[in-house]
Amino acid sequence: MSLLEIDSLSLTIGDTQILKGMELSVAPGEVMGLVGESGSGKSMTALTAMRLLPHAARATGRVTFDGIDILAATEDQMCALRGDDIGMVFQEPMTALNPVKTIGEQVAEGIRWHTKVTRAAAEERARQMLDRVGLPQAKFPLSRYPHELSGGQRQRVVIAIACALKPKLLIADEPTTALDVVLQAQILGLLRDLVAESRMGLLLISHDLAVVTEMADRITILRRGEVMEAGDTARTLSEQLHPYTRQLAQASMHVPARARTHDTSQGKPLIQVEGVTRDYPGRRSSLLKRAAPIRAVDDVSLSMQPGQSVALVGRSGCGKSTLARMILALDRPSSGTIRFRGETITGKSEVELKPARRDMQVVFQDPYGSFDPRQKVEKLVAEPLHVLEKKPTRAERREMVAHALHEVGLDQRDMDKYPHEFSGGQRQRLSIARAIITRPKLVVADEPVSALDVSIRAQILDLFAELNQKLGIAYLFITHDLTVARAITDEVLVMHDGKIVERGKTTEVLDHPQSEAAQALVAAAPDLHRAIARKMQEQG
Amino acid sequence: MTAYLLKRLAISLATLVLASIVVFAVLEILPGDPARLMLGMNASADQVELLRNQMGLNQPLLLRYLHWAGGLLSLDFGRSYTYSVPVIDLVRERLAVSLPLALIALALSTIIAIPVGLFSASRRGRAGDTISMGAAQLGVAVPNFWFALMLIYVFAVWLRLVPAGGFPGWSAGISPALKSLLLPAVALALPQAAILARVTRSALIEVLNEDYIRTARAKGLPYRTVLWRHALRNAMIPVLTILGLQFAFLLAGTIIIENVFYLPGLGRLVFQAITQRDLIVVESVVMLLVAAVIAVNLVVDLSYAVVDPRLRSRQ
Repeated sequence: MSLLEIDSLSLTIGDTQILKGMELSVAPGEVMGLVGESGSGKSMTALTAMRLLPHAARATGRVTFDGIDILAATEDQMCALRGDDIGMVFQEPMTALNPVKTIGEQVAEGIRWHTKVTRAAAEERARQMLDRVGLPQAKFPLSRYPHELSGGQRQRVVIAIACALKPKLLIADEPTTALDVVLQAQILGLLRDLVAESRMGLLLISHDLAVVTEMADRITILRRGEVMEAGDTARTLSEQLHPYTRQLAQASMHVPARARTHDTSQGKPLIQVEGVTRDYPGRRSSLLKRAAPIRAVDDVSLSMQPGQSVALVGRSGCGKSTLARMILALDRPSSGTIRFRGETITGKSEVELKPARRDMQVVFQDPYGSFDPRQKVEKLVAEPLHVLEKKPTRAERREMVAHALHEVGLDQRDMDKYPHEFSGGQRQRLSIARAIITRPKLVVADEPVSALDVSIRAQILDLFAELNQKLGIAYLFITHDLTVARAITDEVLVMHDGKIVERGKTTEVLDHPQSEAAQALVAAAPDLHRAIARKMQEQG
Repeated sequence: MTAYLLKRLAISLATLVLASIVVFAVLEILPGDPARLMLGMNASADQVELLRNQMGLNQPLLLRYLHWAGGLLSLDFGRSYTYSVPVIDLVRERLAVSLPLALIALALSTIIAIPVGLFSASRRGRAGDTISMGAAQLGVAVPNFWFALMLIYVFAVWLRLVPAGGFPGWSAGISPALKSLLLPAVALALPQAAILARVTRSALIEVLNEDYIRTARAKGLPYRTVLWRHALRNAMIPVLTILGLQFAFLLAGTIIIENVFYLPGLGRLVFQAITQRDLIVVESVVMLLVAAVIAVNLVVDLSYAVVDPRLRSRQ
């Protein structure tokens, strides 16, 4: 018998149809993977099961949990279910915990509420649960506050809260999307163990097909609120009968076609980084004392040729973004020098940096946050033009913007629109247009596709490859996602604890990693081919 | 935490010294000779000069500042030109009215505002929210002396529960004294409560959109419990800021209400001192208020740290 049974569920918020005839079931001890692109209704399905929908939402159909009709249950009945029989883990660990309460209070709170035990007994159980999720007493006493923990540790606390009372069903909505691959593998392992220990049902929601394939027994593929295909993971993904399933799978494994026309072995290097170190002052421990400085980047040297595409990979906090900021002359090294086209850029004033700034641009991760919502596209894309020698006239400026938009596959009429009129993928095209408008020699892209859906991601990767080919722009991709590195770069630099621990041709490093850090990254990276093969063995 | 505390304390002291210099300097530049004022228009230049010498007005500026500032530290504020009594006595007498009045008004405002803010935020966009925020809008817009007049009319004239004005002094007993402060406190508190309720509501609404509220709901806590346990404390920082500002206002900005109720408070003292060029009194009261505001801000800063653990460990 199913634990959670969703039957012809339809959901509207205002006039918008979110779900249409949704079907899904989770049995005890089973992992059900729910896959879909953003806006397909995955999270709303989860919130319906918890009945934590926004006020304006109207649900029809049938949702039963353990024999209880969820849509008809009273709020009191739901409060009794939530946190006790159904636990939920959310996407963003940095904001999922109350910043003013200790982790002990937050884990014990649900235990006390549901079981009415004393504070001491609840704290004892909270302690055991935190131990279980890998936060031992010695390093993580109950009195810790969330801000004292890293993202991965916070997600463990969230899991401890959700699993504290051994729920029958755990709903995990993108539980690892905000984490780097090594942490992702750890958290997924923890979830898998918790499911096995107590025959918990797990509804795992993700946009990442590889993650779901590794974890799920069965899979449901959702598109625009409708179920496209559902069934055993191995069969569904190996046969790929439904065109949308095939499209998703292909997009996840997409590698842009790139002809290696750039001779990268000789000639004057574009970027030379020599012995660069960056220290940040330590936290002030009292009025006069400071902790030892934190070394974010430690004696790093590297060089890049014009037109070369390089990936800088590493776990979060390894110093890769700091290094990139120094290359862009947005931060100053504590020691060492950085040369751009042979000219030293370290220690230069803004005026002296202007010629260099023309030739280096940046693309950020979040296409939503990197535009001023009150300005038109024309102005946003034209932003870097102020570094030009001669200020372009208005007509020239419009011409340049139109050209840049055309190059990234947007229409030139788009320049009179505002950012909110574009989808996530289109916005990332806008940020690329903004980056290439000055015809730079180097574009630094910080996780440029990690916020995008797989099909859009494939298109953006194609665009990067095409622009590299056509305009000869060199790329420095900062990423923890090895599939991006594999898809689009010639060379990989692996960074760990501020140092570059391995470098070489992309395929060589990824296929035969030598350093421990690189091996850990490769082993943890979800891979759809591998995952399908493994599932085929398990499920016959 | 100690570092945070010491830093705040150092900043407060520096602000106090700076403020004393500014107050002293501004009053020096202002036109109007106190000696001339005390003696009247008919006094001869010699008489004025003699009094100026007596009052120490002819000494060098720095010396006078040091003398004055030193006096402040030992609570010797000098003598009032017009009342011819030590300023400290005047201030003490007036504070006995103004301080309790401010505290009662502040307490009333908080007691009214926070529940209204909670109620409104939890019913955002529904009838209850619209009504209470409409009332708050009215409370902000209507001047407090109008409230005062209405209160006098209803509770003093019509129901005869409390006196319409005047202050019998604490020597007359606590109960009559408190009774005469009640209406002015309510009149002062209502507009403040209206502002505070709006701030509480908007701070709460922002917090209620946070992810951790959803986490708390997913634990099975009812909405109301989440509101009290998780949302309120996170919404406290803007509320505390406004409370600090309101206390400063209530201590000195109450002159209209003091006039309506014939209360011998600090506001009236300053007003009279200004019109009579009684600079010593003005300087002293202004410095006292500056000190009070700085002290309140220090308390507010410290309470931030109590509310938010991130502030404790960052500094």
